[in-house]
Amino acid sequence: MAKTIEEINEKIRRGKAVVFNAEEVIKVVKSKGLKKAATEVDVVTTGTFAPMCSSGAYFNVGHTNPRIKLGGGFVTLNGVPVYTGYAAVDILLGATAMQVEDPLNRIYPGKFLYGGAHVIEDLVSGRDVKLVARAYGTDCYPRKQLETWIRLEDMNEAVLLNLRNAYQNYNVGVNLSDHVIHTYMGVLQPRMRNATYCSAGQLSPLLNDPFYRTLGMGTRIFLGGGIGYVLGGGTQHNPSVPRTERGLPRMGAGTLSVRGELKQMNPRWLRGASMTGYGVSLAVGIGVPIPVLDEEIMHYTAVTDADIVAQVVDYSEAYPNCVPGSLGEVSYAELKSGSIKIQGKNVPTASLSSYARAREIADILKRWIVEGSFFLTQPVEPIPSVEAGLRCKALNERPVVNGPGPSR
Amino acid sequence: MAQLKVVLQFPPNLIEQPITYQLIKKHDLMVNILGARITPKEQGRLVVEISGKKKNLDAALRFLKEIGVGVEPLARDVTWHEDRCIECTACTSICPTGALSVSRPEMRVTFNHGKCIACELCVPVCPYKAMEIVSK
Ligand code: SF4
Ligand code: SF4
Repeated sequence: MAKTIEEINEKIRRGKAVVFNAEEVIKVVKSKGLKKAATEVDVVTTGTFAPMCSSGAYFNVGHTNPRIKLGGGFVTLNGVPVYTGYAAVDILLGATAMQVEDPLNRIYPGKFLYGGAHVIEDLVSGRDVKLVARAYGTDCYPRKQLETWIRLEDMNEAVLLNLRNAYQNYNVGVNLSDHVIHTYMGVLQPRMRNATYCSAGQLSPLLNDPFYRTLGMGTRIFLGGGIGYVLGGGTQHNPSVPRTERGLPRMGAGTLSVRGELKQMNPRWLRGASMTGYGVSLAVGIGVPIPVLDEEIMHYTAVTDADIVAQVVDYSEAYPNCVPGSLGEVSYAELKSGSIKIQGKNVPTASLSSYARAREIADILKRWIVEGSFFLTQPVEPIPSVEAGLRCKALNERPVVNGPGPSR
Repeated sequence: MAQLKVVLQFPPNLIEQPITYQLIKKHDLMVNILGARITPKEQGRLVVEISGKKKNLDAALRFLKEIGVGVEPLARDVTWHEDRCIECTACTSICPTGALSVSRPEMRVTFNHGKCIACELCVPVCPYKAMEIVSK
């Protein structure tokens, strides 16, 4: 029997909604059977907490007296440059931006101690951040210099705006070379002495709704400890990759773009990450509620780590040089056992995504729904699925020669 | 009950001697080997945790010095900042002693200070600066 989102919301209002996290629901479906479970269960909550580089935030810092036009000027927050190409006092901060004087990888491997993600974490923690600005000055915005402390509560608007989060599945990273390499998949030991992965597997949002049937623009979610919204598919959203019989992508596929007000978020769920030799990233906590509208959705949410597979990729040669292919396919059940077998070799595994925290997020979201403080939304626009035929393209480089300019 | 974490340096002529055996048998101590390495120059380096009666421990340290084994305390200490740890498990496959470990299938991370040999391998691996080396 099919349900609607309004019906589920009505049950939430009456305190009658039946909610499980995506781990618990596996047993529920197993013991009750799909049909019965689909009528009884209303919502399955998912979660993920991992570094997500394509994150950032924009702020309106308020006007000074006399006025200053930051737009087109140069502005830093705790030494980290922000993007100023907007109106007078709107600025945009990217998670991976580094302090101007950071040695980066000049001293290899760089430590990347403090970047945009750490500024976001500091702001959400209520700490003072130093804003320094240089502007060119105009008749209506005469001021040219600004140096001040500022905190989150001082800002007019402070919005987390992430271009690509919650990757639906990801690679398993290994290193076939004979030296240590430092990647966004962490520190990879030579000759495949370790393997790293980055997904919450059976708890992960998009692996519980593999064809994006229930979410889209406007879906209300747990974001950074507060409430956020899905804007749509994220950058590099790539639904048309090979899938298993269950419809699960065998590699990175769908992504989400999300936004939410920073002022109601919590630093436990927005953490600056320093990836040695690679750069800074922001660990973002995201939880998506999946309304159990019918048996098919119930089936998808009962996904287990054994059902989900990922590709093992060499990050010393294959990844940097875009060599397609995989060293092997492993399941998340194997990855989470602590060791996988690749080409006859036992390789210890470790995760960059926190499964323990993913579960905590799913449980918080569950509590909100059970308590009646979080209601589901009907998306106003779906996220393109397989039939849209989208494919993520590589950049087609065209030689630039001196001449009359780009061809039109 | 006394407990001590030390680095034992073995000169080449002592490498083949059953010294830990003697610590256990003769001095009635518990010896927990946390790390072992033999360098190219045949210097042996053993990180051990020794525990037993204070009296026996002192006698054992005298014995080691007499036969020419270098005994140094672990010079560095490692702190796990639990509040900074997100329990991702990234460090756990790199930790040689299992001081950082994961409970499965819950995937909770814990740090057992007693097993840590301050090798520092986890420090650059943790993106959240949760592992800190403190010089003593
Ligand atoms: S320093 Fe880190 S990696 Fe080395 S033993 Fe201690 S906890 Fe393990
Ligand atoms: S790498 Fe850091 S955050 Fe991750 S489990 Fe280890 S100590 Fe915790």
